[in-house]
Amino acid sequence: MHDPIRAGLAAGWKHIDASTLGKGQTVEADVVIVGTGAGGGVTADILSDAGLRVILVEEGPLRSSTDFRMRESDAYPELYQDSAARKTADKAINILQGRCVGGSTTVNWTSSFRTPPEVLAYWQRHFGLRQLSVESLSSWFAVMEHKLWVRPWETPPNQNNKVLAAGAEKLGIPIGAIKRNVKGCWNLGYCGMGCPTNAKQSMLVTTIPAALNRGATLYTRLRAERLRFSGGRISALDCQALRPDGIHPSGKRVQLRARHFVVAAGAIGSPALLLRSGVPDPHRLLGKRTFLHPVVISSALMPERVDAYAGAPQTLYSDFFLQQAAIDGPLGFKLETPPLHPVLYATTLQGFGAAHVALMREFTRVNVILALLRDGFHPESQGGQVRLGRDGLPLLDYPLGDVIWEAARRALLAMAEIQFAAGARAVTPVHETAPLYSSWAQAKKGIAELPLKPLLCRIVSAHVMGGCGMADTPQRGVVDHRGRHFWLVNLSVHDGSLFPTSLGANPQLSIYGLVARNAALLAAELSGRPPPLIP
Amino acid sequence: MIVSRRQFIRTGVAGGLLLAFSGWLNAAGGRPLSAGEREMLAALCGALLDGALPPAGEERSRLVALTVDGIATTIAGLSLASQREIGELFGLLVLAPGRMVLAGVSRPWREATVGEVSDFLQSWRTSRLALLQGAYGALHDLSFGAWYARPDTWEAIAYPGPPRGYF
Repeated sequence: MHDPIRAGLAAGWKHIDASTLGKGQTVEADVVIVGTGAGGGVTADILSDAGLRVILVEEGPLRSSTDFRMRESDAYPELYQDSAARKTADKAINILQGRCVGGSTTVNWTSSFRTPPEVLAYWQRHFGLRQLSVESLSSWFAVMEHKLWVRPWETPPNQNNKVLAAGAEKLGIPIGAIKRNVKGCWNLGYCGMGCPTNAKQSMLVTTIPAALNRGATLYTRLRAERLRFSGGRISALDCQALRPDGIHPSGKRVQLRARHFVVAAGAIGSPALLLRSGVPDPHRLLGKRTFLHPVVISSALMPERVDAYAGAPQTLYSDFFLQQAAIDGPLGFKLETPPLHPVLYATTLQGFGAAHVALMREFTRVNVILALLRDGFHPESQGGQVRLGRDGLPLLDYPLGDVIWEAARRALLAMAEIQFAAGARAVTPVHETAPLYSSWAQAKKGIAELPLKPLLCRIVSAHVMGGCGMADTPQRGVVDHRGRHFWLVNLSVHDGSLFPTSLGANPQLSIYGLVARNAALLAAELSGRPPPLIP
Repeated sequence: MIVSRRQFIRTGVAGGLLLAFSGWLNAAGGRPLSAGEREMLAALCGALLDGALPPAGEERSRLVALTVDGIATTIAGLSLASQREIGELFGLLVLAPGRMVLAGVSRPWREATVGEVSDFLQSWRTSRLALLQGAYGALHDLSFGAWYARPDTWEAIAYPGPPRGYF
């Protein structure tokens, strides 16, 4: 298998693994970009194309298809935040988030949705973001869809997705097909461990190689610690090099100086960096309104093999339950399916001992459906807050209140009904006291009475958003519609932390489109060229 | 588990003190597992993985030891903040007072039966103290993660492993 990253490195890409630095250094560029995920990757591509000298800073390692062996034991510690076990401060929510070159785009499941129109309309109404509309963003989405091969997926869905479709059709619930950012996908099903065939058009194989080919510099195992500023301008970013384990600081320091700084460290990392730096925040908005699309999970035992580890993991979805009430009414939810691999499934599944073994023995016959709750619209769904813990490392508080649990119960009911309609022998919500229900009638009664509380009902998240929200004024946002910080002239935020609410859809394409627009505006300003003709 | 209010408060206060003490003991952060921690984890694995492990004997001990090794590897790959928290939890559980007061296990870990350890895990799993519930979750995830990460555990669940031969 050709490995474009190893080939690029052999051809002389400027990659500095900071864990190998013998001494500290100070380096200068036009723009420093913190983070190499959806936001950082697109920004590096567009700015380097405008002739700007770019430095990318990544805390995780540079890994590529040669390293992607489809083993959970390798992938989680190498490619994810906290070995795929990142948690909210109270441990009630497990967060899957990438920590490697390409960020979460290296390990996501390729689902690609444009920002839903009703979400953009809400942002216009409540955050004054009149510049961001379906019309004004459509060209940017089209550009990124073209670049990243976002296309309808023609291969038949795997059995896990078929169960969702079969049950939903029986109940008259409409199902849609998910577009995927893949080129020549082998339909293996191991997207979450890094694509071994380079089919997934993540930042790792698209925008970052493009920027490196133009002479950009990539630092890895380098933690952005603090932005230095005075008089409304940032002058430098202080960074800590990590040891080869990627965990302990090595003691070597790197200072990066530039004309402009782009923060794209994800919706936990970006607010945390700005909080550590003590940037102006007179309205105390930084780190607040952090959204997760809290996910509840329903597991079904099917009569036939499902083999949910095989085949493209997410190819069908339903937005039916997002459309049953006003966007700011009781929380709606999106239905999708996950891939199942032994570690991911065994650690998520409730219980232990004989009960756990009994469920694991059915591993190949398990169907799992996920419900992603659309948080951030209901007046009582204000999301979580990123704050700093010991050593200045981020902590996320995310209160799970009544509006979340009310929606979680509806979602667990809806998923169980779909699974029984698809022929499930038994269904269990992933919940510490839920039994295995053997009929829809039993599940309906049982789930209605299930105590829904943190740490009893398993909640997970793969979509962290908000914390540096956009708005028209500094009274209600950290940055403007271009991602420009309201108080520091040469600071931009280019990642999912921009979103003033959640999306009700997997966020990668929303980040690509919005950041492409904002990076193009920034490139024009910094290079002195006319702004792009796309509105 | 039915806990009286008085017992609940006593456990809460004692647990808080023990945790503070344990935090001080483990302030250094990440470090190799001690012999006491390995014994404690072996006892926990015996209960968590009961049914997946073969019956008592040499093979069971070998597989438990492999799983404890796996847990150690997992912990070493976590963030320093997580390593510190786990260090505090383990430091607490290996101390006799922590084992007795918080876990309710009267005998040393190497002598505790699967039933005794299961009762302890079950009480934490549904505890009213979020701290203990969260700790149960960590022990659950570490043990099952270490177990099912190993290809020799896959046959029992009919997982064929990742595709091979095309590369």
